[in-house]
Amino acid sequence: MAWFKRSKQNIHPNSEKSDLPDGLWEKCPSCSEILHKKQLENNFWSCVKCEHHFRIGSQEYIKLLLDENSFTEINKKIRSGDPLLFIDSKKYSQRIDETIKKTQLNDAIKTGVGKINGIEVAFGCMDFSFIGGSMGSVVGEKISRLIDKSLKHKIPLIIISASGGARMMEGALSLMQLAKTSVKLTLLAEEKIPYISILTDPTTGGTTASFAMLGDINIGEPKALIGFAGPRVIKQTIGKNLPEGFQTSEFVLEHGFLDKVVARKEMKNFISTFINLVS
Amino acid sequence: MAKTILDFEKPIIELEEKLSEMKKLSDNLNIDNEIKIIEEKVQHLKENIYKNLTRWQRVQLARHPERPYTLDYIYLMTQDFIELHGDRNFKDDKAVVGGFAKIDEYKVMIIGQQKGRDTKSNLHRNFGMMNPEGYRKALRLMKLAEKFNKPVITLLDTPGAYPGLEAEERGQAEAIARNLFEMAKLKVPIIVVIIGEGASGGALGIGLGDRILMLENSWYSVISPESCSSILWRSWEFKEQAAEALKLTAEDLIKLKIIDRIVQEPFGGAHKDHNAMALILKNVIKEELSLLIKTKPEKLIQNRVKKFSELGVYEE
Repeated sequence: MAWFKRSKQNIHPNSEKSDLPDGLWEKCPSCSEILHKKQLENNFWSCVKCEHHFRIGSQEYIKLLLDENSFTEINKKIRSGDPLLFIDSKKYSQRIDETIKKTQLNDAIKTGVGKINGIEVAFGCMDFSFIGGSMGSVVGEKISRLIDKSLKHKIPLIIISASGGARMMEGALSLMQLAKTSVKLTLLAEEKIPYISILTDPTTGGTTASFAMLGDINIGEPKALIGFAGPRVIKQTIGKNLPEGFQTSEFVLEHGFLDKVVARKEMKNFISTFINLVS
Repeated sequence: MAKTILDFEKPIIELEEKLSEMKKLSDNLNIDNEIKIIEEKVQHLKENIYKNLTRWQRVQLARHPERPYTLDYIYLMTQDFIELHGDRNFKDDKAVVGGFAKIDEYKVMIIGQQKGRDTKSNLHRNFGMMNPEGYRKALRLMKLAEKFNKPVITLLDTPGAYPGLEAEERGQAEAIARNLFEMAKLKVPIIVVIIGEGASGGALGIGLGDRILMLENSWYSVISPESCSSILWRSWEFKEQAAEALKLTAEDLIKLKIIDRIVQEPFGGAHKDHNAMALILKNVIKEELSLLIKTKPEKLIQNRVKKFSELGVYEE
């Protein structure tokens, strides 16, 4: 007689999803609203009902933040070696090959120069879809060269982070990328070139503990997970549930480690206004 | 304190026990020949084991509870140590100790992560896991060293930065990032020594310097073998494989240019002879200092920036 008790969930919009053409509809993970891709894109990839910010990649950020056709990618071809010949369930080299094929990206960051409301900037944007946006030698080197670009042309640096932290498969070499990116940022500071760090969902581990926290201003997207240790690890350590809103942008802002939480649709104008104020 | 015996050392201990029993009996029996044979066997076995340590066995040695810790080195290597406390903002983090001291003719600032030897002291030291105020305390001491033009020596020995709720509230990530940024441009020499466990950002947070030294049986990587195993193999059981895969020993890291020099330990590990270990390290540090203090600050920083900018392996 179970069908008499059928609850709302069973005929929730979600169950219709499979009947719709593939990939046209998305369900908001926050309020469950069903949204058409076009609708989402027009609303800066955030939910029209609750403003939840969907995770997006570098390609989308370039479209949203940079002036049309202003972006020129640099160092596109750098890709990961397998310095440790790392093997877990599969070879790291194989994992890299497969991820490149799947994501059409060469590693977890895209770098280049572009314009924001007419202002030339050095622009880096991470891709969480590439092995959790993890930072290994390639991410470190691309950021390092992006900083060189910023230094050479005396243009502001903007980096959008979305990363689980340092990449395990390159061991201590990944750890050294924390040092490398931080060391290079001292050169930029010396030249008084602005650096805006934008932290998106999620930014944790070694990425937060290096360049992402070192902006002249640190900006978070609404409700993004930002922290050092992951929530699961902390929960394990303290043996208690974590408070509501722990490690969100708003929480990090409240504790003094972000300057502002800026909605995606405001981001472009916010960046150009800030750069104008300090130039 | 009861002696800790690691699993791979058991065959040696068993033979040694047998040997000492035989020695007791040798007054009445004529077994000198047998004793000699066993003695040779012990020696052979020791060499065989200690000269062919796996990576996981080195991790075990690095965590040996009788291994010398930061304060042991400070007491054995330095004179006139004055410990300084607090980050001037929040509190004094007991997981890190530091202060001015003399290493013979050299006046230095020495800072290191400190573990405890028993439950009580481990709770006091938080197992050597620093909170944000610990990184800020270390930075404060480094700035003090810079002010008085004294070189900095940091000793790394931590299972990681503390992953706690309050650590997040007080900005663990920012504290580590800030240290990396500030250490990059500190105007005095920095010598870093990994003396035990060099676990990830928690260790690196006081580990950026001009010369990176590493004790023979210490480890340094982006994650501990256990955590790596739990994430990539989804079980804690693959720590040996994870240790192999991570290439976390001094021998591995010198090949990748992540460290500059390996410091030999007494035969069988640093815990076998604290005095000998401290003397070896003291002489190495003095040698490194004698070279570094000749370098002008601008050159020092320039070299440091170059050193870390070049780290990484990639294809193009």
